[in-house]
Amino acid sequence: MSEKKVITIALAGNPNSGKTTIFNNITGTRQKVGNWPGVTVEKKEGLIQKFGYDLKIVDLPGTYSLTPYSIEEIVARDFVLEESPDVIIDIIDASNLERSLYLATQLREIDSKVLFALNMADIAISHETKIDSEKLSNLLDVPVVFTVGNKNEGMDDLLKEAIKLAESSPDKRENRNVKYSRDIENAISKIQDLIEEKAKDKINYKSRWTAIKLLEDDKIVKERFVEKAGAAGEEILEETGVLRKALLNSFDEDPEIVMTDDRYGFIAGIIKEVQTTTIKKRVDVSRNIDLVLTNRFIGFPIFIFFIWAMFQLTFTLGAYPMDWIESGVSLISSYAGSIVPESLFKDLLINGIIGGVGSVIVFLPNILILFFCIALFEDTGYMARAAFIMDKIMHLIGLHGKSFIPMLMGFGCNVPAIMATRTLESEKDRILTILITPFMSCSAKLPVYIVLAGTFFAAKAGNVIFSLYLLGILLSIISGRLFRSTLLKGIDAPFVMELPPYRVPMLRSLMIHMWDRSKMFLRRMGGVILVGSVIVWALSAFPRNVEYSADYSSEIDRANESFNIKIAAADEKDKELLKNERIAAIAEIEKAMNAEKTEKSYMGRIGKGISPVFEPLGIDWRGSVSLLTGFFAKEIVVSTLGVLYSTEGPDDKDALKNALRSSGMTPLSALSMMVFVLLYLPCFATIAMIRKETASFKWTAFSIIYSTTIAWIAAFCVFQGGKLLGFQ
Amino acid sequence: MLLSELKEGETGVIVRVGGNGALRRRILEMGIVKGTKIYVDKYAPLKDPLELIVKNYHISLRVEEAAQIMVEKLQQQD
Repeated sequence: MSEKKVITIALAGNPNSGKTTIFNNITGTRQKVGNWPGVTVEKKEGLIQKFGYDLKIVDLPGTYSLTPYSIEEIVARDFVLEESPDVIIDIIDASNLERSLYLATQLREIDSKVLFALNMADIAISHETKIDSEKLSNLLDVPVVFTVGNKNEGMDDLLKEAIKLAESSPDKRENRNVKYSRDIENAISKIQDLIEEKAKDKINYKSRWTAIKLLEDDKIVKERFVEKAGAAGEEILEETGVLRKALLNSFDEDPEIVMTDDRYGFIAGIIKEVQTTTIKKRVDVSRNIDLVLTNRFIGFPIFIFFIWAMFQLTFTLGAYPMDWIESGVSLISSYAGSIVPESLFKDLLINGIIGGVGSVIVFLPNILILFFCIALFEDTGYMARAAFIMDKIMHLIGLHGKSFIPMLMGFGCNVPAIMATRTLESEKDRILTILITPFMSCSAKLPVYIVLAGTFFAAKAGNVIFSLYLLGILLSIISGRLFRSTLLKGIDAPFVMELPPYRVPMLRSLMIHMWDRSKMFLRRMGGVILVGSVIVWALSAFPRNVEYSADYSSEIDRANESFNIKIAAADEKDKELLKNERIAAIAEIEKAMNAEKTEKSYMGRIGKGISPVFEPLGIDWRGSVSLLTGFFAKEIVVSTLGVLYSTEGPDDKDALKNALRSSGMTPLSALSMMVFVLLYLPCFATIAMIRKETASFKWTAFSIIYSTTIAWIAAFCVFQGGKLLGFQ
Repeated sequence: MLLSELKEGETGVIVRVGGNGALRRRILEMGIVKGTKIYVDKYAPLKDPLELIVKNYHISLRVEEAAQIMVEKLQQQD
C-alpha cells in the first residue's frame, strides 16, 4: 500500500484577521493544541481529509510581520523557512487590506507558494469596500479566494485552491515582488551575486531573500548564514556591512527602515489599483460601544464590573460543580474502599491517587468558566480595551495592560491564573507575570488566615487578613519592578496594540477555546500531578511500622475492657451513655496515635528536621510540618495543624483554636506564620502549571526559591521586628 | 510637533518616526510610516495610552511612544 502524501498547509495572517475562525471552520474538533518546540507559543494543528487528500493544517501565530522581533514572528518564520509547508494561506482582513499586505509581501519574498484568503471578518464593512480581487491576484501573482469566516463561506474553495497550488510546479515569480529604492536594489543584487558565487550550495534559503535579510541586519539569518557558509559567510557579512554603511550615509537612515517604507510604498500602489472605496471611519456600532466602554468616567466602573462578574462566575458558580466533583471523588473513593481489600495498595489508591488527583481536579469547573469568560473577552474585542484602560497602572510594574487579568485571577486560584498568562504576547511579560502572580493570595490560603487570625486577633482579624492581601500585592509590585530591571531586563514590550472592531463572538469558537484549555489541564492530571500525589502520599504514609512512644493498641484494648466491665455493671439506661463514652475515649487515643504517626512519618521527620529554619520565625515543629504539607494544597495546612494538635479535625475550629492558644503560639508568631503562608512556595498544582507555562525548569525552580526566600525574610522581619518593638 | 501633542479629534501627517530598535521598527511595520495620515481618536481614562486611527484601523500607543513620532498637524476640514 502506498502512503498518501500529506499536504501541509500553513495559515498565516495578522492577529484579528479571522485566522482562528477559519482554522476552526476547516479543522472543527480535530485539533491538536500544543506548544511550539522550546517556546510557550501555542501551536495548533489539525489533520483532515478532503477531496481525496490528507491535509495537515498548521495555524501559525498571528503576526503583523516576519521581522524576528517577537517570539511569535520567529516561530512563524522558522516554520515557513525550515519546515517548508506545501502552501501558505495568508488570511487577509479585507477591511484592513493595506496593513495586511505588509505580511503578504514578506511571505511572497520568501518565495513559497502563497494563497490569499480575502476574509470578510466583518460583514458590515464588506458592503462598503470594494476590492478587485482579480487585479490583486494579477498584480502579486497570487491566487485569491474570498471567504466569510463567521459564516463558514468559501472554505471549500480555499482548500481546493490550496491543493491545486500545492500540486502545481514551482515557478519563478520574483518579478512580482517588492521593488526597493534603486540604491537598495543595487546593494541587494551585489550581495545576491556574492552569495551565488561563494555560498550558493551551502545555504538552503533563496539567495535574494537571504541578501535582503542580510542587508536588513537580521540577526537570526546572519547567525545561520555564518554557521552554514563559514568563512565565505563572514566575508559576505563584512561586505554587507560596508554596503549598509554606505546606504546609511546616503539615506541618513538604517536600510531596514528605508525598506519598510519601500514596502508600504509598493503596497500603496497596489491599494490604489485594487481598492475602489475606502471606509472613512469604522462602522458606527463599534465606535459607539467604545464611547461607553472606554469612557473617561464610566470606563473603569464597567471594567471593574466585568471583572467582578467573571470572578463571581468562576468562583461562585464554579463552586457548585466543584461540590459535585468533590462528592463524586469521595463516592469513588468509598466505592474503591469497599471493594479493595485492606492493604498498602488500598491506602495508596484512596489517599494517594484518588485523594491527590481529586484535590486538583476540583479546579476543572473554575478553569472551564474562567476560560469561557476570557474567550468571550478576547473574541468580542473587549480584552484589547481592558488592556487599553489598565495599561497605565500595569506599566508602573513594567507590565502590559493585559497582565491584569491573570494577576487578578490569582486571588481566586493560581492554577487558572497562570494558564491565563497565555493571553500575553510577549514571553518576558508572561514569565514576569507568572513569577509575581503567586503573591496574590489565593482563596485556599484564606482558611489558614481565618483560623490563625481568628484565634489570635479576634475582633481585628478582618484587618489583619486585609493587610495580608495588601502585603501580597505590594510584594508583587516590588518584585515586578525588581525583575524588570534585572532578570527580565530588555526592551519593554512596546504597547503597539491593535484595537479591533467589536464582534459578536461565535459560540463554537468559545467552546473550542474552553475545551482546549480544559484538555490541557486534564492531561496534566494523568502526568505530573498523579506522580506528585503519589510522592506526597508516600512521604506521609511511610514508614509503615512507626515505633510509637506508647502502646496505643493495648491502650485501646484496655479502654475497651474497662468500659466493657463498666457497661456490664451499669444499669440499662446508662449503658448507651457509656457506649458513647467508650467511642469518645477510643477516638481520643486514636487521635494521639495519628498525631504521632504524622509526626514520625517521613513528612513529619522532614518537618521536624527543618524546624530550626523556622525557629527564628517563631514557628514550632508542628507549624513547619503543616507548612510542608501545605505544598500539596494550602488549605491542608489547617487540617495538618488539626491532626498535630490532636483536635477533632479541621471542622472543629474552636478545639483547634484552644489547642493553638495553649501551645505557646503568640499573636506575633501567628502573624509571622500567616505572612509565611501568604508568600511561600506555590502549591503543587501551581508549580506543575508554572513548569508547563514557562516551559523551563529554571524558571520554575527560581519561582519556588524566590517566593520561599521572600516568605522567610518577610516572616523573619515580622517576628523579630515585632519582638524588638515589644509585641508578643 | 509630536503626535503626543495632538488633541483628541485632531489629525496629523507623519513626518518622521523616531525612537530606536524594535519599537521603531514595529511602529513602522504597523503602517505608521512617513506621509500617512493619523487621527487621534481618544486618550485612555488615565490619559495614557491613546487610541489612533491609521490606515483605517484603530491602534493604541503609549504616550511615551507617541512622543517619538513627529507629525504635522492638519487643519480640520469638516
